[in-house]
Amino acid sequence: MSEADQTMTSSSMTDAAASIRQLQLGVSAKPRTLLGDAWRRFRRHKLAMVGAGVLIFMTLAVTAGAWWYERYLVDQLAQSGIPVTAENPDIRVLIDHLDFLALLSPPTHVHPFGTDDLGRDLLARCIYGGRVSLAVGFVAMLIAISLGTVIGAAAGFFGGVVDQALMRLTDLFLSLPSVPLILLTVYLFRDPVIQAMGSPEAGIFVIVVTVIGALAWMQTARVVRATFLSLKEKEFVEAARCLGISRTAIMFRHILPNAISPIIVAATLEIGSAIIAESTLSFLGVGFPPDTPTWGRLVTDGSQYLQAAPWLALIPGALIFLTVLSINFMGDGLRDALDPRSRL
Amino acid sequence: MAQYVLRRVLIAIPTLFIISVVIFAILALAPGDPLAQFALNPAIPESTRELIRIQFGLDQPWYVRYVKWLTALVRGDWGFSFSTRGPVIDLIWQRLPQTLIVVGTAYVIAVLMAIPIGVISAVKQYSVFDQVATFIAFIGFSVPSFFTGLALMLVFAINLKWFPIVYNSTLNLAGWDGIVEQVRQMTLPVTVLVVQQTAALTRFMRSSMLDNLPLDYVRTARAKGLADRMVIIRHVLRNSMIPVVTLIALGIPTIFAGAIITENLFRVNGIGQLLITSIQNSDTPVVMAITFIFACLTVVFNLIADVLYGVLDPRVRYG
Repeated sequence: MSEADQTMTSSSMTDAAASIRQLQLGVSAKPRTLLGDAWRRFRRHKLAMVGAGVLIFMTLAVTAGAWWYERYLVDQLAQSGIPVTAENPDIRVLIDHLDFLALLSPPTHVHPFGTDDLGRDLLARCIYGGRVSLAVGFVAMLIAISLGTVIGAAAGFFGGVVDQALMRLTDLFLSLPSVPLILLTVYLFRDPVIQAMGSPEAGIFVIVVTVIGALAWMQTARVVRATFLSLKEKEFVEAARCLGISRTAIMFRHILPNAISPIIVAATLEIGSAIIAESTLSFLGVGFPPDTPTWGRLVTDGSQYLQAAPWLALIPGALIFLTVLSINFMGDGLRDALDPRSRL
Repeated sequence: MAQYVLRRVLIAIPTLFIISVVIFAILALAPGDPLAQFALNPAIPESTRELIRIQFGLDQPWYVRYVKWLTALVRGDWGFSFSTRGPVIDLIWQRLPQTLIVVGTAYVIAVLMAIPIGVISAVKQYSVFDQVATFIAFIGFSVPSFFTGLALMLVFAINLKWFPIVYNSTLNLAGWDGIVEQVRQMTLPVTVLVVQQTAALTRFMRSSMLDNLPLDYVRTARAKGLADRMVIIRHVLRNSMIPVVTLIALGIPTIFAGAIITENLFRVNGIGQLLITSIQNSDTPVVMAITFIFACLTVVFNLIADVLYGVLDPRVRYG
C-alpha cells in the first residue's frame, strides 16, 4: 500500500496536470491493469523478488556469462597453468581441459571454483551443467504443463465419460511410484533412444525430460479441470457458443485464460522439481553419461573427495539448492500475486 | 462403514492390476534380447538358443507371458537374480529390515516434529516463529536430499567424527554398546529423511489449522469460556488432523523413494541400494520386483489414506 502511495505522490510531483486530474477524479492517472496489479503484489514479496533475481542471474551466467568466462579461463591458463591448445575453445572444450598444475586445487583466481582430481575447472563444468539442468527443468515443465492442461481441459469441458476416463487415468498416474519408475524407464530405454538421437547427450536429454514430464502432469490436470467445471456453465461461454465459436476456441481462447494463474504457479514449481529429479537421477548414476557434467553428476563425482576437496561436491550441490529454492520462492510469490482473491 | 471400505478395496485392485500391466509392458516393450549375451558366445549354437527360448517361454505371445508372470508373482515366485543366482524374494527379505528401520524411525520423528511446529505456526500466524518455520520449510523441500546428506556427512562424520560415515549392517546388536552404535550410525540417514518429510508435513499441518481456526465452532468454544489451550488442542487440532492423517499415510511411499538416495549415500544395505546396484548390473528381475513393491506400497497406502479419511470424517463416507 505504501509503495502505491509513493508512486502516486512521485507521479503527482513530476506531472502537475496528471495530479490535478487525479484530484478532480479521485483516480490515478495511469489506468491499473491486471498485469500491473500482479506485478505490484509480486514486488512486495521480498523473497520472491530475490528468487527471481537469482534465477535471472543463473540464466545469464550459463549463457552470456559462459562466453565471458571462456576468455577469462583461457587467459588465466596461458599465464599460470597448462595452456589450452585448441583454437577458439568454447565451454565444451574447457570442461575437458586438464590442468595438471592444479589437481584438486581449492578456489583460486585461476579456477574460481577450484578443480577436480584431473585438474578440470569446476566453474566451467558448473556452467555447462547449469545449462543442462535448467534446460531439463524447463523442457520437462513444458511437457508436464501441456499434458496437464490438455487432459484437464478435455476432462472438465466434455464431462461425462471422457471426464470419468481421464480422471481415472490421473488417479492411476498419481499412484505410480515416480522415482523407481523413472529409474526403470531410463535404465531400459537408454540405449535405443541414444541410438535414435545420434548422440548420448541428446538421447538421454529426450528420455529424461519425457519421463519426468510424463509423470508430473497430474496436479495441473486437476486444477485445470476444476476451473473448467466451474466456468463452462457461465454466461460468457454461453454467449461464445451462441456466436458459433468452435469448441476448441471456446476451450483454449475463452476458458483457459481464466485458469492461467494456477497454471503459471504450477509451471514454476514444476521446473524446480524437475531439476531435483534430474539431479537425483544423475546422482544415482542413471542420468546423463559420465562425460556430461550435470550438477547432480558433479555432486556424485565430488562426493568421493569429500574429505580432501569438499568444494567439489558442495558447490554444485549448493547451486542446485539455490536454484530450486529461488524457484520455490518465486512460485510462492506468484501464487500470492496472481490469486484474484488477494487483489487490492 | 464396511461398504465404504469394500468399495475402496474394489477400486484399489484394478489399479494394482493396471500398474502390473504397465510395468510388464515397459519391460516387454524395452528393446534388447534377453538372450543377447548368448548370441556372442560361440559355444552356444543357434539351435540351443532356440531351445532356451522355448524353455523360458519367450516364444509365446505377450499376453500368455503376462498371465504366467502375474500368476507366478502372486504365488511368491519372483524369479532369480541374475547376479546372485538366488531367488529375488529372499534377496528382498534380507534387505527390507534395514530400510524399514531407517524409514520408520525417520517418519515417526518427522510426524512428531511437524504437528507441533505446524500448530504453533498457525496459531501464531506471521509471528517470528511462523516466519522462521516457513523459511526453514522452504529450505527443507528445496534442498535435494543427497546434498543435505553430503553436508551432514562432511560436518558430523568427517570433521567432527561424531557419527560413522558408512552404515554397518553386520553390527552386533546385543548389549548396550551395540544399541548405542546402531543409534549413532542411523542418526545421519534418518536426519536427511526427517528434514525432507518434516518440511512438507509442517506446511500441511499449518494450512489445515488455518482453515479451521476462523470457523464458527472455534468461536463458540471460546465464547463458552474454554481456555485457549483447550480450544486449540481439543477442538481445532482434532479437526485439522483429518486431512493431515491421510497425508501422513500418503507420504509413506515417498519416504521409501527418498530412502533410495539416503541408502546409496550412507551405504545402508536396504532395498533402495539393492535397486540401484541391480540397475547398474542390469539385473532385471530384481529391478522389476522392487519397482512392483514400490507400486504396491503406493496403492496400499492410498487405500489406507482413503479408509482413514472415511473413518475420521463421516461426511466422506456418505458423500
